[in-house]
Amino acid sequence: MEALAHLLHDTLNAGTVLAFAALGMLINERSGVVNLGAEGMMLVAAIAGFAVGVHTGSDWLAFAAGAGAGALLAAIFGVLVIWLNTNQYATGLALSLFGTGFSAFAGIKYTQEKLSERPHFEIPGLADLPLVGPALFKQHPMVYVAIALTVALAWFLYRSRAGLVLRAVGESPESAHALGYPVRRIRLLAVVIGGALCGISGAYLSIVYTPLWVEGMVAGKGWIALALTTFATWRPARVLLGAYLFGGVTMLELFLQNQGVEVASQFLSMLPYVATILVLVLISRNATFIRVNMPASIGKPFFPGG
Amino acid sequence: MTRISKRSVIKLAGWSSLAAAAALVGCGKKEEAPTAAAPAASAAAPAAAASAPAKLKVAFAYVGPVGDGGWTFAHDNARKALEKELGDKIETSIVEKVPEAADAERVFRDMIGQGNKLIFGTTFGYMEPMLKVAADAKDVKFEHATGYKGADNMRTYDSRTYEGAYMAGVIAGGMTKTNTLGVVGSIPIPEVIRNINSFTLGAQSVNPKIKTKVVWVNEWFNPPKETEAAQSLMNGGADVLMQNTDSPAVLQTAEKAGKYAFGWDSDMTSYGPKAHLGSAVINWAPYYIKATKEALDGSWKAGPDTWWGVKEGAIDFVSISDKVPAELKEKLEKAKAGLKDGSLVIWKGPLVGSDGKEVLAKDAVADDKFMKGITFYVKGVEGKVPSGDKK
Repeated sequence: MEALAHLLHDTLNAGTVLAFAALGMLINERSGVVNLGAEGMMLVAAIAGFAVGVHTGSDWLAFAAGAGAGALLAAIFGVLVIWLNTNQYATGLALSLFGTGFSAFAGIKYTQEKLSERPHFEIPGLADLPLVGPALFKQHPMVYVAIALTVALAWFLYRSRAGLVLRAVGESPESAHALGYPVRRIRLLAVVIGGALCGISGAYLSIVYTPLWVEGMVAGKGWIALALTTFATWRPARVLLGAYLFGGVTMLELFLQNQGVEVASQFLSMLPYVATILVLVLISRNATFIRVNMPASIGKPFFPGG
Repeated sequence: MTRISKRSVIKLAGWSSLAAAAALVGCGKKEEAPTAAAPAASAAAPAAAASAPAKLKVAFAYVGPVGDGGWTFAHDNARKALEKELGDKIETSIVEKVPEAADAERVFRDMIGQGNKLIFGTTFGYMEPMLKVAADAKDVKFEHATGYKGADNMRTYDSRTYEGAYMAGVIAGGMTKTNTLGVVGSIPIPEVIRNINSFTLGAQSVNPKIKTKVVWVNEWFNPPKETEAAQSLMNGGADVLMQNTDSPAVLQTAEKAGKYAFGWDSDMTSYGPKAHLGSAVINWAPYYIKATKEALDGSWKAGPDTWWGVKEGAIDFVSISDKVPAELKEKLEKAKAGLKDGSLVIWKGPLVGSDGKEVLAKDAVADDKFMKGITFYVKGVEGKVPSGDKK
């Protein structure tokens, strides 16, 4: 029982890292722009958040710094691909490379630093429940924020006018333009928000999850988040579920080893990726479903009046 | 501490053909960072330098960044010690983050082109590229860490990291309350398995009831995953952790959870002052100084391979926490002294494997060949070695 509670707790925790970044990329891609720079933005945000956390001792300022760093990088990316029409994939890759290198450079002084005492969070009353208490109610507040954000985003995309406009920009920027919507500015806003959410994810890694700074510490989670948006066919609730699933399979790998189950650990290490591929295959069998959900203009540049 | 498949494991991630390309390009940019000290020294007295005999140029290729806080950090500290010792006769330079692939060969050729006469390659994966280059550059001497192949002008050096693991085990065995230790394993190769076993043997030397749980992450460096692995070990009841991975994440996770852990390769006290019980460190400096002196006075010759431990000052256990009681410290000092004068032999029979079969008969002492082929757990380590231990 206790082991199961731990497994659940760690799954939600691991899923939260992916959820923030993937939700950010979802907003981003819903506007028709693909930003492959998630990994780089997360790394820069991780060091920015960590540095602010070390100097101020405040988690919330650290999250703000992470979000700011992510947003700033995303804004540079946005101007390049939206106004100068550079290739989105190449620019995103460049951003990822830049972020990796820059964070390593900026973080040299912080590799030996440590954050002040980590506070423990729990919801009074509920935390004492058996099984679900330790699993669900002793999490960092950001875990709940991720869930709230998913609900809010689903509402925004499907129930609000602004969400409709965002989707329209992603489906058919020409039509949205003809109706008088500022396609480029809307896209930039979506890209910046996407960057900010990646930033929060990076900061969560360096100040809550691991918590430390070492070069390259995001270790591929940015790429997984990018894959998750496709995996979830650009729908918020599925993104969150996918993030928990991926986190869960990762934790299960370690959990099984710990329980002494005799399965080769190399095989277990492969599981999260196998699960991803399987789900992708299952989803791809229904081509209509993907076409309905995939933003039609994704990855394509938009030329107003052209 | 070999780095067989760090990169190949990274590449395992499905979408990482992109990531891999990113890593390669990223590395390409970082090459040829000369040390600050060398140019400063030569700029100071150009006239004197002209008349003095030319300095021996020594180059180091590192697999990670100097700032990794562990493996590469330890190598670079040794390089600095070497400069301090022989700075007036040599000039050192480094190249960081050299991938364990064809790129390494180009880096070694560049180093030769720049006039380096002694080249250190500090990871297992440089073995083949180094052999190739060594065949073409007979006047250059090559030193390769942790490998097993050599040539007329190339030899191998390594350190007995398992002695550090044993000393950590002595402390762990005395400090655990649950009698359960946890190890975050990197990649199941003999070296790492040997360290896990030695850690367990060390713990059993002070507390026979010990059992060790192992969780493999199949990577050398992945801080989030190391954190997750450490967390799962603690969930399973382990209260003292050890790791054979490269980042301080395990120590940091233990700190957060109020448990104990150790530093590995380099002194990691600062990453978790409360959790840190001590650090098993590698000091490459004695070997670097010896090898360079040999190259300077012409006595350098290929082979036999060097495998240094506590005795030669290459392995040590440092920064022991105040939380460790005095009597336990004494036991550690005794073990250290025993390793130093050779009276303590870690791999000595009778020794029983985790399957209950005897692996070393009474009073038999394991030779280096045995040590380099360990693919089984000793009694007290739970589970089975992945990739099937041979029966």
